[in-house]
Amino acid sequence: MTQFKMHLLVCGGTGCRASESEKLFHNLKHEILEKGLENEVQVITTGCFGFCEKGPIVKVMPDNTFYTQVKPEDAMEIIAEHVIKGRQVHRLLYVNPETEKHVADSKHMGFYRKQLRIALRNCGFIDPENIEEYISRDGYAALAKCLTEMTPAQVIEEMKKSGLRGRGGGGFPTGLKWEITSKSQSDQKYVVCNADEGDPGAFMDRSILEGDPHSVIEAMAICGYCIGASKGIVYIRAEYPLAVERLKIAMKQSVEFGLLGKNIFGTDFGFEIDIRYGAGAFVCGEETALIHSMEGLRGEPTIKPPFPSVSGYLEKPTNVNNVETFANVPVIINKGAEWFASIGSEKSKGTKVFALAGKINNVGLIEVPMGTTLRDIIFEIGGGIKDGKKFKAVQTGGPSGGCLTEKHLDIKIDFDSLTAAGSMMGSGGMIVLDEDDCMVSIAKFYLDFTVEESCGKCAPCRIGNKRLNEMLEKICDGKGTMKDLDLLRNLSHVIKDTSLCGLGQTSPNPVLSTMDNFYDEYLAHIVDHKCPSGQCKALLQYVIEAENCVGCTACARNCPVNAIAGERKGVHVIDQSTCIKCGACLEKCKFNAVFIK
Amino acid sequence: MANIKISEQKVLQIEAICKEFNNEKGELINVLHKTQSLVGYLPAEVQEIISKNLNCSVAHVYGVVTFYSFFTMIPKGQFPISICMGTACYVRGAEKVLDEFKRILNVPVGQTTPDGKFSLSCLRCVGACGLAPVVMVGEKVYGRVSPDGVKDIIKEYKQA
Repeated sequence: MTQFKMHLLVCGGTGCRASESEKLFHNLKHEILEKGLENEVQVITTGCFGFCEKGPIVKVMPDNTFYTQVKPEDAMEIIAEHVIKGRQVHRLLYVNPETEKHVADSKHMGFYRKQLRIALRNCGFIDPENIEEYISRDGYAALAKCLTEMTPAQVIEEMKKSGLRGRGGGGFPTGLKWEITSKSQSDQKYVVCNADEGDPGAFMDRSILEGDPHSVIEAMAICGYCIGASKGIVYIRAEYPLAVERLKIAMKQSVEFGLLGKNIFGTDFGFEIDIRYGAGAFVCGEETALIHSMEGLRGEPTIKPPFPSVSGYLEKPTNVNNVETFANVPVIINKGAEWFASIGSEKSKGTKVFALAGKINNVGLIEVPMGTTLRDIIFEIGGGIKDGKKFKAVQTGGPSGGCLTEKHLDIKIDFDSLTAAGSMMGSGGMIVLDEDDCMVSIAKFYLDFTVEESCGKCAPCRIGNKRLNEMLEKICDGKGTMKDLDLLRNLSHVIKDTSLCGLGQTSPNPVLSTMDNFYDEYLAHIVDHKCPSGQCKALLQYVIEAENCVGCTACARNCPVNAIAGERKGVHVIDQSTCIKCGACLEKCKFNAVFIK
Repeated sequence: MANIKISEQKVLQIEAICKEFNNEKGELINVLHKTQSLVGYLPAEVQEIISKNLNCSVAHVYGVVTFYSFFTMIPKGQFPISICMGTACYVRGAEKVLDEFKRILNVPVGQTTPDGKFSLSCLRCVGACGLAPVVMVGEKVYGRVSPDGVKDIIKEYKQA
């Protein structure tokens, strides 16, 4: 094996690839060949570094230099300056927005300082398409330890002791789930990995599969050993082509290395994995719906019990865990349950990956110990709100979750504290909202989603959510009444109480939590016919301030419906009955005379 | 019964796909995935061929096709345009971008332009939230799209 002196790690996640990181990779390779350095410097594509805001990322090892927003044409300079002359390319380093100083080492960046990466340990560190790199980072050591030194019951005991809870949203103790499935009697059992990440704005599972597919494969095999299953199935979104491709490569390599297949590590244990594709249905994140979808049916949920651990795929006992949950397993086995249980809060152990997005400076994927405060996540790691605006709320848990506001910023987040605050952990999406966002519109956005994604099987979810959505639309259009607010609340509770599966039981949460925290905004829409953040078009009025108007006619000339009248050098006026509220006048006015009322 | 208008060769290929999955009813979704990437969409006639081969009712196939948003019964344009409507893109103004596409192409979401060049659809999160709002044309991802940038994207493909 060649011993390289230097490694260039190029991010190959979906986000960075959209900014030409592939071309950058090829340019770097080309430069290295050109300079005859191919035996000394290695360039590899890795999974997501998490710092998507400043992608594409290139990291130089061993000196840990972290370059951001690297363009394909920067390749030559990186090789000529950094690799050959040992001088950092200053202009590509991250600039700390507070001190305005360059930060070369990612360890000193605010974004990484408070993070602890367990599930993401290999993302942005190894080449996901090379099994040897995974093995060199203790890969498959946990599987070996389980198969050769531990009984299934001992492994389950270890998992229980670790306190790991399901990361897909439910938070059910993983060890307990394994134990229940292991006790079901059957000739065949299945391990299913839920990689149908449908929560809009969450991309942690995709990043794990893209950056470290072997950790999931290894964990599935460990689970198979514990529950007595010889077959695993990964149910993955067809919309994630890159993750599918990397997973397939990883599976092929594991088979070649004898880490999947018959007689793994010379034991009697055999395990194989298959891939099933989702086809775009949010409800398939629910485990019974997911199982029906794997069987080639419409992804409609069924009543539990029976739980999948008793009767699941093809009516056999089936253990369903989410990608991030699996990614934690090998580390727990390697480092021990006590180590894992020492991280996190009292009832939520370990770390959680969050996808930070919305109006925040550092959009990206982060992993923090359970119990970290929202303030740390949003203002330290996330770098605060974009464009110096004011923080308004953070939406967690996606369409099933709720909003947390200023007063919740110091909550130590874990499964239980988020639920107590009226939101939920969900799969870990965090959408940050600023003062310009209208909370009624946000609630409506989520209801639009739920209405579209409801499978239609049970009436409360199919019809109730549609009615909720109509009422919200009415309020956004300024036609709501106070009675609608009561109706909204009552119907929300009925839907929560009577829906069949988790989707319906949680779908009114965005409505309830915005009503609890932003009741004033609902009132403003209904009583004053105003949208305080100026988002609801029907409630806006564009007006020209006579004092500032110089009569340049720019607004009148650009108005698509000729709603603005006025003489040259005279004050202009907008006719409200013709105005379509397109905002062209506001954009064109150079004298700040047009404003929104 | 829908008229079979697709070529004999395509019919054989679809039958081969069914066979590849052992004409197993439980493999319906996999069969549909492969067939859609072959034909481009799943019109009634294609669903009939599949139902016959997998030995299940057309209603069952139709039920599955219409359940999942990934499957379409309308042919996609030469350049399918998808606007991400995930939450991150939404709060960064994806709706205005979508409106602009609708205005310029003059088609509603889910439809294809009369010349067959562009089709317009929404999708939920491609996971490039750092680049929000995101638009995909075919496999290519465009990040940080503003309503003003829409016409340039369309122009890029108009000549092609």
